[in-house]
Amino acid sequence: MVPTEAYIILSMVLFAMGAMGVLLRRNAIVVFMSVELMLNSANIALVAFSRHWNQADGHLFTFFVITVAAAEVAVGLALIVAIFRTKQSINIDELHLMEG
Amino acid sequence: MDIPSFADLNLGVTLPAVFLALGTTVLLLIDAFLPKERRHLTAWFALAGVLVSFVLTLFNFGSSETALAGMFVADSFTGFMNLVALTAAAITILLSIDYLKRTGNARGEFYSLLLLSTAGAMFMASANDLIVVFVALELLSIPLYIMAAFRLNNAKSEESGMKYFILGAFSSAFLVYGSALIYGATGTTNLQEILASIGGIVEAGSSAIFYLVIGAALIVVGLGFKVAVVPFHMWTPDVYEGAPTPVTAFMSVGAKIGGFAALLRVLVTALPFLVAGQTVEPVWQNTIMIVAALTLIVGNFVAISQSNIKRMLAYSSIAHAGYIMMAVAAAANPFTADFAARSALIYLLAYTFTNLGAFAIALAIEKDDGSGTDIKDFVGLARSKPVLAAAMAVFMFSLTGIPLTAGFTGKWFVFQATMQAGLVPLAVIGVLTSVVSAFYYVRIIVNMYLSDGEGDEAAGATPLVNWAVYISFAGTLLLGVFPILATNLTETVTLLASVAP
Repeated sequence: MVPTEAYIILSMVLFAMGAMGVLLRRNAIVVFMSVELMLNSANIALVAFSRHWNQADGHLFTFFVITVAAAEVAVGLALIVAIFRTKQSINIDELHLMEG
Repeated sequence: MDIPSFADLNLGVTLPAVFLALGTTVLLLIDAFLPKERRHLTAWFALAGVLVSFVLTLFNFGSSETALAGMFVADSFTGFMNLVALTAAAITILLSIDYLKRTGNARGEFYSLLLLSTAGAMFMASANDLIVVFVALELLSIPLYIMAAFRLNNAKSEESGMKYFILGAFSSAFLVYGSALIYGATGTTNLQEILASIGGIVEAGSSAIFYLVIGAALIVVGLGFKVAVVPFHMWTPDVYEGAPTPVTAFMSVGAKIGGFAALLRVLVTALPFLVAGQTVEPVWQNTIMIVAALTLIVGNFVAISQSNIKRMLAYSSIAHAGYIMMAVAAAANPFTADFAARSALIYLLAYTFTNLGAFAIALAIEKDDGSGTDIKDFVGLARSKPVLAAAMAVFMFSLTGIPLTAGFTGKWFVFQATMQAGLVPLAVIGVLTSVVSAFYYVRIIVNMYLSDGEGDEAAGATPLVNWAVYISFAGTLLLGVFPILATNLTETVTLLASVAP
């Protein structure tokens, strides 16, 4: 059996990659995908811990995370479409009307 | 494990929040089926819903019970937070009706989103489980992303919504990952059960402590973004400036109510014994102290250089998050935890009235196209609108913390809690930065009363907005003159093992 630690290390690597993606990438869609990657890395950790403790709480949490991620997708894509209509661009570096 | 019966769920005590959440879905239908010429009634239905939930909260006040299989807790802390959140929602509805109309965005779903967000804050205050903390946080945030971008075809508003969305989703990922690690270390997501299992983990010195500490840190990061404390505050000024003003007003209060409620619950109820070495205070105390000190200093000093009232109030709200963070740091000491939690509650109530009032005046002098929110637009307001100017002066005094205003009451209790917990340097930083804050708050008063110039005609000062100002004004003065009104309500607040496991 694969030890729980292996899954946790995998999930930590994915989480770090997602966080780097949010901070470094400039395309709003890619940033958005990176956030999803972070949420799903948490799902891997939750399912692995759930198996480790041999109980269902972690699975339950995972379903809630998936559901909420879907709701976030709906709002996020709508915002991206609205921004694209106004600016013809989804580069987040061009979102700088307000500064100071 | 037995399947809980319907009576075990104890739905009665969850009614204030559940009623609001369910009522909101009904409100969406009402809005869809109302004939066009009656659409303006949606806002009043929303206000009625808030009032019903307020009354339900009062009926439940003072109970101390869990519900929904231990995931939901209804105690005085929940009750007080609910009252503050509902007050904020009611004042925001009053502010929104005319503002949305004159900016051409009068659409009924706004009120549904506002109430959903309020319900999210209420669920966060009653969360007794990491899953509920997460779902409630999203229920609070997702409507706020939409509301921030609510001005159609307005680039600033869309930009504000987008920035809030990306940073908000980013921070919830931190919260989820932190919750996952805490679940991994303890094998449970229930706050009381986490508390019960921590002693053994710390004593055994097992590797689970590593997961616990990292998990707690990630949760603090996630919630820190929501309540806008330094160094997680970068989004705040841009989002506050771009969002429609009533939304900014609600965001500055609602998100903090939810965020600090969850922060206090998770840190004080679940992790008070997460200690390292021979200390009594948990390991998170130093982190919270440093965050509080940084927040106070950055928030108050950067606010000085702002020329836009919404940006200035954004930095001021960051600074006030710092004062509440002082109370959270004081809550690390088990002997002062309850008093510190009470002081945070009183501070939040004082801040709610004062900040909503200040935003109400900013909204009153704002032009229909969103301009007119500069600090120099306040010049001469005392001559054109003496009542509004007097109210604004009181709100500014209250934000500074001058005696006989609500802000003084809040700061008094927070500083007292900090001193009792023995965090003298933090209290000194708090007092000194309060003095600094007087500089930028008093500048507005000087502009209104002492500068020469034509006063603004305050196009937005409609009767409803005036009512919102009067309510905030009354709240600010009442809480300042009779602090006992709030202290009585918080007397039974206790977070440490508030409900027997």
